[in-house]
Amino acid sequence: MKITGRAWKYGDNVNTDYIIPGRYMELTDPNEMAKHAMEGIDSTFVVKVQKDDIVVAGKNFGCGSSREHAPLALKYAGVSCVIAESYARIFYRNAVNIGLPALECPNITMAVEQGDALESDLGAGTITNLRSCTKLRFTPLPPFMLDVLNAGGLVPYLSKLDSW
Amino acid sequence: MTGLTISEKILAVHSGVDSVKAGEIVKARIDACMINDATGVLAVRALRDMGKKRVWDPNRVIVVLDHVSPACTIQSATVHKELRAFSREQGISRYFDVGEGVCHQLVPECGLARPGDLVVGADSHTCTYGAFGAFATGVGSTDAGAALAFGKLWFKVPETIRVDVTGRMPDYITSKDVFLRVAKLLGVDGATYTSLEFKGEAVADMSVSSRMTLCNMAIEVGGKAGICEPDEKTFAWLGGKLGMENTPIKADEDAVYKLGIEVRVSELEPQVACPHNVDNVKPIHEVEHVKVDQVFLGSCTNGRLEDLEMAYRILKGRKIDSGVRMLVVPASRQVYFEAEGKGILRGLMEAGAVVSNPNCAACFGGSIGLLASGEVGLATSNRNFRGRQGSPESEVYLSSPLVAAASALTGHITDPREVL
Repeated sequence: MKITGRAWKYGDNVNTDYIIPGRYMELTDPNEMAKHAMEGIDSTFVVKVQKDDIVVAGKNFGCGSSREHAPLALKYAGVSCVIAESYARIFYRNAVNIGLPALECPNITMAVEQGDALESDLGAGTITNLRSCTKLRFTPLPPFMLDVLNAGGLVPYLSKLDSW
Repeated sequence: MTGLTISEKILAVHSGVDSVKAGEIVKARIDACMINDATGVLAVRALRDMGKKRVWDPNRVIVVLDHVSPACTIQSATVHKELRAFSREQGISRYFDVGEGVCHQLVPECGLARPGDLVVGADSHTCTYGAFGAFATGVGSTDAGAALAFGKLWFKVPETIRVDVTGRMPDYITSKDVFLRVAKLLGVDGATYTSLEFKGEAVADMSVSSRMTLCNMAIEVGGKAGICEPDEKTFAWLGGKLGMENTPIKADEDAVYKLGIEVRVSELEPQVACPHNVDNVKPIHEVEHVKVDQVFLGSCTNGRLEDLEMAYRILKGRKIDSGVRMLVVPASRQVYFEAEGKGILRGLMEAGAVVSNPNCAACFGGSIGLLASGEVGLATSNRNFRGRQGSPESEVYLSSPLVAAASALTGHITDPREVL
């Protein structure tokens, strides 16, 4: 599956308070969460972001709290995937669990400029920068996580199984 | 065959095998699962969306209303109503409504964090229970929903970093200073996907409460778990409070560690994490000029009796600076009563502090004790991200309760040695 979107680029250690501040943890509707995506670091993100856009970031993306509001806010804001140099563990798991691809790609921030058109190909394991015509490989997901992602998340994945 | 770390041992036992190796993915039985009012509604939704009507075991589920507690918005009241109804419907025996306390204090207090246990919680500071020799880790709501549904979850077996805390702790140094030093050494992602095992004579000397502070902060360096080997103090805590039997667990002598670091406590001066990352840690003499507007003493990190006692030691019979507001929040009803019984809460209030009901309070910027633009907060909690406790233009410093109390007294960040 290939997805093309514009890149919104951030630095290292983008924590979950930046992705969605704690005062919104009382929200339970993902569409409401989406209105506050990246509000802690970029209050204009929700105005700029379009369907299939891609969040690009440096090391340790999603550090901090376990709030699933973070990947949910990004997904429902239209973000098709996150590409970061590394992830905090809980965010990574949460993203896959709700069906948001979280791709790990060393040096991605060097290869991408703000607003670049990127094409991610989950099957081929590649990210193509359509502006610079460079192709990068992302770290393959463990098979189990790829299955969860292909099912659309952990809920549909487990719902298909008789026992687990 | 090489030996196993505590994490490997617990995950092996719960996966029904003799041995596991770091890096393996296992499906493991869990002993307890905690959800709270920040994450619980989404977890309950995941449980239901998986087609499950009942939790796997209502006696192993903990539900806590602590993040916005009492509710201060209609939306948070609605969340509380939903979790209250869910807990009643499911017969959850460990249900804690408004006023009972912070989840990470209540799980050990209710006896569901025991040596050798595997515990998950839909909150990143679930790693606190490692202080009891449990493997405890924070998960998101969907994972918590799966845990509620099946009583099982998959885990990648983590490598372990060995943290040796050596020497004797001076009376102005706390386990919070020790962890902030660890954060400085490892960095905010230095322990991602790994467990921390805290060892050494200073850990052996620490109270169980101090070990909870140490393990609580493991997530701040990306850690999956923070663990102390249970000992006589652990068993005395569990036996005295809960009548539990001793269940020792320790790492093998030849366990394989990813890395070892050492903190020599006798050489340590009080540590302060400066804005806006937990690893931006400086020795206190470098930040003593910083004026503070608010001091927050509380949270799952430092809201226990010994933390309130430390503040009382400094503030008894004195007045906090007129330019500072101080918020004191005991971590649980039990802590509240103990502190009240010792005159600590009255003493802190006489010094000028505000004492609130047990809850998460100012820690995560979702309810009471927010900071305005341009204000500086000094907190005993665990995160100082930009905007964490209010305005994105405010700043948060993190410290021990001793530094917090000393700073409340003077109005600027202060070395407790100057006022003790």
